[in-house]
Amino acid sequence: MKNSKMLIFLAMSVIYAGFLLYSSIYGFEPGQQMWGNFRDFSLQMLKMMPCIFILIGLFDVWVKKETVERHLGTDSGPLSYLWAVLLAGTTVGGIYVALPVASALYSKGAGTGVILAYVSASAICRIPMTLFEASFLGWEFTMVRFAVSIPLVVLVSVLLGRYLDRKGWVMPDEQE
Amino acid sequence: MSSSNTLSNPHWTGARSETSFHADGRKGNNVIILYAFTAAALLVSFIADMRKTIRGLEIALKRFLRIGPAFLTMLVLVSIALFVFPEETIARSLTSGSIWLATGIGTLIGSIAVMPGFIAFPLGSVLRNSGAPYMVVSGFTTTLMMVGILTFPMEKKYFGVRLALLRNLLAFLTALAVAFATGLYFGETGF
Repeated sequence: MKNSKMLIFLAMSVIYAGFLLYSSIYGFEPGQQMWGNFRDFSLQMLKMMPCIFILIGLFDVWVKKETVERHLGTDSGPLSYLWAVLLAGTTVGGIYVALPVASALYSKGAGTGVILAYVSASAICRIPMTLFEASFLGWEFTMVRFAVSIPLVVLVSVLLGRYLDRKGWVMPDEQE
Repeated sequence: MSSSNTLSNPHWTGARSETSFHADGRKGNNVIILYAFTAAALLVSFIADMRKTIRGLEIALKRFLRIGPAFLTMLVLVSIALFVFPEETIARSLTSGSIWLATGIGTLIGSIAVMPGFIAFPLGSVLRNSGAPYMVVSGFTTTLMMVGILTFPMEKKYFGVRLALLRNLLAFLTALAVAFATGLYFGETGF
């Protein structure tokens, strides 16, 4: 099962790379544009990834499980959601950064609802992005979005987290 | 700053030229700060305990390799989507028709598309200036941020297929609520 998945992934990669190569040799415009997109977007993300994963690794060896459990665990109360939102505000990048961070927090004992709140909140209230949004669309627009989306995100995460905990959900990474 | 963007905005006419990905100086600063912070953390950690630090780096590598294929898949999907949905197409479908239809289309495109904030928000501003209501712009930018069909391969690795689906569905509904509230606030819904 795992092998066949890997094979499909490899086959698709080869097809995609072949298509890009063909496009660059024969000057096929759409393929060249896709390569441009791929390169720009990859560079932009890969610039940050080494830092993110190194910080996650350091977090893993230095931060005690009890500390995370106490502040972000299932029994740590409503304040844990405030921490999740504040932490999300300082996250850089996008969901591709938030997910590995959430996974690291989860393996240190953070609650299901809390990591869901963290991932969703990191999509909507990263500080640099918010400043940028407000400068282009106005503070009123940003404030309305914040006032509606943050409470909703927290509420949905609390409910979803409780539902998952009741069903005994475990993050896939942790089953290995 | 908010009203200075017209159709001649370089973010707009420049489509997806290479420069648009590096145009935002703030983004560059973020990366520098991130590297400085990581270097400082690594240095302190090394001085405090070398063996622990090496173990941390091993964990970092292991975690990175585990997510690698899903990460690459996402990059491929994004490169295709940016080609299929150029900014001109997005703008055209968001500035015509009824406000409800345009909001609906906006949330759908926002769910599929992936673009960095420093392209999305100038685009939102251009949309505003070419007649799109706040509600439509809100639906588009909020789903852009919260719902990720293209990042799904990566999300399902961490959350599993069912939770990833559920989370995106709920995020989509949240974005609809945000768009609606924005429309109400700016008096665009006609109620």
